[in-house]
Amino acid sequence: MLTSEEIEKIEHEISLVPVRKAACVEALKVVQQHRGWVSDDTLKAVAEFMEMSTAELDSVATFYNLIYRQPVGRHVILICDSVSCWVMGYENVREVLSDKLGIQYGQTTPDGKFTMLPNVCLGCCDHAPALMIDNDLYHDITPEKLDEILAKYA
Amino acid sequence: METPLTQHIVANRPPLSLKEYEQVGGYQSVRKVLKQMTPAEVTELVKASNLKGRGGAGFSTGMKWSFVPMDVPGPKYLICNADEMEPGTFKDRLLLEGNPHQLIEGMIVAAYAIQANVSYVFLRWAYKLAAHEITKAIQEAYDAGYLGKNILGTGFNLDMHLHTGVGRYICGEETALINALQGKRANPRAKPPFPQVSGLYGKPTIVNNVETLSCLPHIVNNGAEWFKGLSKSEDSGTKLYGVSGKVKRPGTWELPMGITVRELLEEYAGGMKDDVQFRGLLPGGASTDFLVEEHLDLKMDYPSITKAGSRMGTGTMIVLDDKTCPVGFVLNLQHFFAQESCGFCTPCRDGLPWVEKILLAMERGEGKPEHMNILEFHTQFLGPGNTFCALAPGAMEPLQSALKYFRADFERHITEHKCPWK
Ligand SMILES: Cc1cc2nc3c(=O)[nH]c(=O)nc-3n(C[C@H](O)[C@H](O)[C@H](O)COP(=O)(O)O)c2cc1C
Ligand code: SF4
Ligand code: FES
Repeated sequence: MLTSEEIEKIEHEISLVPVRKAACVEALKVVQQHRGWVSDDTLKAVAEFMEMSTAELDSVATFYNLIYRQPVGRHVILICDSVSCWVMGYENVREVLSDKLGIQYGQTTPDGKFTMLPNVCLGCCDHAPALMIDNDLYHDITPEKLDEILAKYA
Repeated sequence: METPLTQHIVANRPPLSLKEYEQVGGYQSVRKVLKQMTPAEVTELVKASNLKGRGGAGFSTGMKWSFVPMDVPGPKYLICNADEMEPGTFKDRLLLEGNPHQLIEGMIVAAYAIQANVSYVFLRWAYKLAAHEITKAIQEAYDAGYLGKNILGTGFNLDMHLHTGVGRYICGEETALINALQGKRANPRAKPPFPQVSGLYGKPTIVNNVETLSCLPHIVNNGAEWFKGLSKSEDSGTKLYGVSGKVKRPGTWELPMGITVRELLEEYAGGMKDDVQFRGLLPGGASTDFLVEEHLDLKMDYPSITKAGSRMGTGTMIVLDDKTCPVGFVLNLQHFFAQESCGFCTPCRDGLPWVEKILLAMERGEGKPEHMNILEFHTQFLGPGNTFCALAPGAMEPLQSALKYFRADFERHITEHKCPWK
């Protein structure tokens, strides 16, 4: 079931496009924003609301890297693993971060706080290595900076 | 040296508000085209300026617009491609965050030229600050009457919407982008028909890059000859160039088109860091062929880099140094392309993971002599003409040129049964 708040936001997105279906990615973004991820039940509810088949909506949802079809932690850490960050040594940063949090890519810390995922180039290559936590971009990352960054998230 | 596109961008300062932007001449080009020029005259002007698309392919912008059928009834669309997901590319971010009104102004000019009444900015998810600034700027433009109905009392209508993607490199390919906007899987479409004729919802659609669109106000205000005069080469205008990798001062600069690779690398980026030597570079993002020492005095423009067997692409270069393994470098690129393939056609869907696997084996010391031929084979098999879109051929560009310039390094991985850099 979608909440009335979600429905209101999705309706707004639908009003901006000529074909209802065209707002389906926006609809997925809306529910993910509210629920953190898109479960099977959520997907079904959105598909029904968008007047699409579940399979069709899932084929769209799974196409994108940033629609989460599995639960994630309260904060998602996206580490740039593309070429400039690789040249500038992001692998070392990732290993230290992995050790600190005790998780690998795709895993969530036991307290449900952080999920760590690889991500393609963040468009910040002149300040590599770069990573994002939720909506915040961090660049020129060294392992020494990680504690201070992580401390900002509750 | 004139830097029209970035003259009002100051690091760590918010972009100009609409009022401030108007005070420095902002939106003059909208007044000019809407009140004094026909759409055909705008297209002719842009054609005469020889502006080439800054999204990577370098196709003439005015020419592209001229393919839009102007006499068919019904909607037409303008889309700004702000997907910028090509690894090593970070130029559009500067314009999006630094001067959103310039982009909106350029979009109004382009929309008028093709008589589109609806426009979209397709922005990548990661550009949060850009999303914030553009949303604000679009609202300001509506409030000031530059967007919406009956703009400046001329009868021209234009709506503008921001759409943020959810992360997939293929969305930058213009027909995949159109599918994404329609709420479909972002697989590319067959061309022809080209989007200029049948694009968004099957209607005539122009997709242009952020930097391309940002050039337009200046061309309208100052003329085609002025735009040509900005450059040091047969290509017109200035260009946003970027450098990343182990150089002293990585960054982005707006410079005359046709500055040499060496000037960019040595003067602007400050040369290599003290503990490393130059080995090669990708001139315009992950999907361009390597250039090496012998190419450093080439001009960074479309024809010169093409002649050297590469492409200027986005103009943001990625530098390879001697302390970095070229096989690992190419492996990183192929991992990206394999992951981001849309999976629609077989050579790309199956070929790229195979290439990645072989390079990974080489890096682990498990490379075999026959692997060299398999890699060579893929550079042909995934090359231009064999796949549905340009992603796979683009992926092969750095591989084929690495096999040419760094062949001995690949072979050492095989004969020494390890990565010599580890
Ligand atoms: C796989 C792929 C990704 C692309 N990504 C982008 C991109 O992020 N931004 C962009 O402007 N053009 C991108 N392009 C090029 C577009 O298809 C299109 O040519 C361009 O947006 C046209 O704008 P222009 O004529 O102003 O250069 C991409 C092309 C391919 C094949
Ligand atoms: S070349 Fe790759 S990305 Fe392009 S259509 Fe084929 S599978 Fe998709
Ligand atoms: S390669 Fe990491 S931000 Fe571009």
